[in-house]
Amino acid sequence: MASKPFTHGHIERNVTILAVLSLLVVTIGGIVEIAPLFWIDSTIEKVDGVRPYTPLELEGRNIYIREGCYSCHSQMIRPFRDETERYGHYSLAAESMYDHPFQWGSKRTGPDLARVGGRYSDEWHVQHLKNPRSVVPESIMPGYSFLASRELEVGDVSRDLRALSRTGVPYSEASIAKANDDLLAQADPSRDAGDLAKRYPKAQIRDFDGDPSQVTEMDALVAYIQMLGTQVDFKAAAAQEQMK
Amino acid sequence: MADDKKRIDHPTGTETVGHEWDGIEELNTPLPRWWLWTFYITIAWGLAYTIFYPAWPMIRSATAGTLGWSSQGQLEGELKAAEAQRAPVLRAIAATPAEHLTGNPQLFQAAVEGGRAAFRVNCVQCHGSGATGSKGYPNLNDDDWLWGGDMGAIHHTLVDGVRNPDHEATRMSLMPAFGRDGILQPDQIQSLVAYVRTISHQRKPDAMALQGRDLFAANCAACHGPDGKGNRQFGAPNLTDGIWLYGGDEATLTETITNSRAGVMPRWGEKLDPVTVKMLAAYVYSLGGGEAKKVQTASR
Repeated sequence: MASKPFTHGHIERNVTILAVLSLLVVTIGGIVEIAPLFWIDSTIEKVDGVRPYTPLELEGRNIYIREGCYSCHSQMIRPFRDETERYGHYSLAAESMYDHPFQWGSKRTGPDLARVGGRYSDEWHVQHLKNPRSVVPESIMPGYSFLASRELEVGDVSRDLRALSRTGVPYSEASIAKANDDLLAQADPSRDAGDLAKRYPKAQIRDFDGDPSQVTEMDALVAYIQMLGTQVDFKAAAAQEQMK
Repeated sequence: MADDKKRIDHPTGTETVGHEWDGIEELNTPLPRWWLWTFYITIAWGLAYTIFYPAWPMIRSATAGTLGWSSQGQLEGELKAAEAQRAPVLRAIAATPAEHLTGNPQLFQAAVEGGRAAFRVNCVQCHGSGATGSKGYPNLNDDDWLWGGDMGAIHHTLVDGVRNPDHEATRMSLMPAFGRDGILQPDQIQSLVAYVRTISHQRKPDAMALQGRDLFAANCAACHGPDGKGNRQFGAPNLTDGIWLYGGDEATLTETITNSRAGVMPRWGEKLDPVTVKMLAAYVYSLGGGEAKKVQTASR
C-alpha cells in the first residue's frame, strides 16, 4: 500500500505512530489541565496555621483510611451557602496540602468532616464510634467498638514521617527522630511531651478515649477527628484580610 | 489511499467513507444536520463561556472572565442577601436580654425558629434530633433541669458550657468517685444504691436502704439535698423524680456512685455568635420545660 506518512490511513495502520501521537494528545491535555495547578496562586497559596500531622493524628488518619471512612464522609466544604452555614468556612486548598492522599471524598452518606474538630467532646466521639445509634438514633453508620480495645500497633512511626517528608511534607529531623515518643506522649498526659506542642502548634495533648491505661486505635482516630479543620484561625484570617 | 477508494455501495446506494480493511468497508451516513449544528453551537457556547467566566490557566492565575464571577463572590453575595433579610429580627433579638425575650411573643417565636435551625446543626448530635437526649445527654423536653430552666439559666449554661476546663464562668461541679477513690466500701455503695432506689420509688424501704439513708445524709445530701431532690446550684440531679441521666437501675447506679459522672457541654458562647446562642436558649426554653424566672416561682 502506497501511503503518505501522517495521513488517516497511514496512522490507522501503524500502531507505533498511533501510540506516539495518542500519547502526545493526552500529554497536551494533561499539561493544560494539571500543570497550572502547580503554579497558579489560588492552588498553591500558603495559609497560616497549616502544619503536618502529629504522629498520633497521622496514625488516626491511617485508621480513617483503613476503615474506609472516606466512602461515606467527605472532607471538603464547598463554597455554597447551605454548606458554609452548616459546616463552617469553605475548605482551602492549603488545608489538605500535607494530605497524601487527600480525603476530600466524593460522597456524603454521612456529614462532611472537614471542620468536625472540637465540635463534639471526646466522650461523644468514643460513644458514637462504639455505637452510633446511641447518640444519633437515625444514623446508619456501622459501629467501630473494636477500636477501643485494640492497642495502637504501628511499629516504627518515624518511617511513616520519613516517607511523607520525601513527598514534601516538612517534618523536621527532630520530629522524625522523636516520632515514636510523640505518638505516645500525645495520648498520655502523664508522659513528658517535651517540645511536642512547639513543633506541632495547637496539638491537643490528652487521653482521648477515656482509657488512660493504654494507647488504643480509638485514641488515634479521635485525636485525628478532633484536629480536623482546627488549624486555620478564620477569625484572625478575616481580620488580616480587612486590614489589607 | 483513503479518498481514492470512495465509491457508491450498490445495494444501499450510499457512498463509502473510503476506508477498507480486508475487504470490509464503511458506509458514509453523516449525522443528522440538527445534531451536527447542536454540536457546533455547544462548541461556540463553550468558547463564549471561557470569555465570560474564569477559565484559562495563565502564569499566576486563571483568566477571570469578563463577568467577574467567582464562587467565593457568589457565596458572599448569597450570605449578604440572607443576612440583610434576617438583620431586622436579629438586631431586635440582640437588643433584648435573654430573660426578657419571652415578654415579646412575636420576637420570641422568631428566636425559637432561629434556634431550631441552629439546634439541628450544633446540638442534635448529643441531645438527639427531637432533643430527647440519650444516656449521659439530658432530655430537653421535660421540666427536669440540672442547672435551671428559666431563660437566664438556660442562656448561662449555653454560653459558658458545662465543666469546661480553664473557664471561670462555666457550670462546674464534680461528684466524687466514691468507690474508685476509696471513700466508700462496695457494700456501703450497695446500701446507697438501695436507698436511692427507695427514694425514687423503685424499691420498698428495707434494712439495707435504711443503712443507705445515713450514708446519703453524710455523703450525698450536701449536693443532692437532704431529701434527694437535687440542687441546681451544683447541677446535682433530682434523684426522686424517676428521670435519669445515666440510668436508675442497680448496675448503673453502682457505676455512677463508684466512678462518678462528669458530663461536659461545650461553651457555645465561644463558638457561636451571641444572637444564635440566645435563639438556642429560646428554642430549648420553648420545648416544654421552660420555667418562669425564679423570683416569680418563689412568690407563687
